[in-house]
Amino acid sequence: MPHLNLPEALPGIRGLMAFRPETAKPLNELVETLLWNRNSLTPGERELIATYVSAQNDCYYCQNIHGAIAAQHLGGDEALVQKVKQDFENAQVSDKLKSLLNIAGKVQQGGKQVKPQDIDRARASGATDTEIHDTVLIAAAFCMFNRYVDGLATRAPEDADFYCGRGAIVASNGYVTVNKDLGRKIEVAKG
Amino acid sequence: MPHINLPEGLPGITAGFAFRPETAPPMLELAEVLLRGPSALTSGEREMIATFVSTRNDCYFCQTSHRAAAAHHLQGNYDLVDAVRWDYQNAPVSPRLKALLAIAGKVQQGGKNVTAEDVAAAREAGATDLELHDTVLIAAAFCMYNSYVDGLATWTPTEPDLYHQMGARMANQGYTGYREPR
Repeated sequence: MPHLNLPEALPGIRGLMAFRPETAKPLNELVETLLWNRNSLTPGERELIATYVSAQNDCYYCQNIHGAIAAQHLGGDEALVQKVKQDFENAQVSDKLKSLLNIAGKVQQGGKQVKPQDIDRARASGATDTEIHDTVLIAAAFCMFNRYVDGLATRAPEDADFYCGRGAIVASNGYVTVNKDLGRKIEVAKG
Repeated sequence: MPHINLPEGLPGITAGFAFRPETAPPMLELAEVLLRGPSALTSGEREMIATFVSTRNDCYFCQTSHRAAAAHHLQGNYDLVDAVRWDYQNAPVSPRLKALLAIAGKVQQGGKNVTAEDVAAAREAGATDLELHDTVLIAAAFCMYNSYVDGLATWTPTEPDLYHQMGARMANQGYTGYREPR
């Protein structure tokens, strides 16, 4: 049961966004810039980083929703998402993405765990400074989102279809659009 | 030395903000709402939660700058901020703030560590749902800021006076209006 009185109809972080629209706005803008806006890393690659960090943090809702969004961006390849979560070094992804996932995993354990050799590996496989920056910030941001979602014990559906359906909507429309006016939607539903 | 080519002369997170102006505004707006927006918790109390979490995460830049911002909100009372950082259970703060700091400490270790008992204790001490929410999100957000600052190995000056002045700007100008002197 959630630690706060949250709307039943909105699981995971969405109930929290409805509860506190003032913080939902910058949170959605941050994740939109990091994961959805055009960038030299594809949205699929960036969602894989978010999914991997959420799995390392054992956040059920985040790893399943971002896994579903990643799969949508990757032509429905759910097996690849699972492989990255479990063993990215042997997954069918580029050496550059592996080197960035390595950095993301270090950040998840604490920022100071990122060492010059981790950065050297990423540069040697072609990563730019902006890609390294964004990887660090995606990993750091998901250490926030995961703690936020689990720290308030939000409800996480067990039904895989839920994540799949939601993932398709977010992959197509981005975060800001689909989460706009969540608080108002709840008021209307109540009224 | 920073891991990437960050603008020189800018300390800690301000270098990350200058490097990537697209991600800076939402991060600053989040801090502004959480630490300075309307709340039943004072800005001094909220900055102490931020300082406490940053101390637990061993992030020098964040704990030192937010320590100074908290002290600025608290009439320069660095001793109180340090008492909270190192031993909040015995610090001269309200039972409500102690209960919220206990929750923030759990969040720092991982969200699942927050128990129904922790939440009940905070409610018992007078915390509202909004204060509980904001405490969890402040703690979670500082896990982000701390990992970002240290994950990029940003430049971390150590002069106490520099942080004292930075804390005054954080307290007076806030975050969305913050300007680092060049």
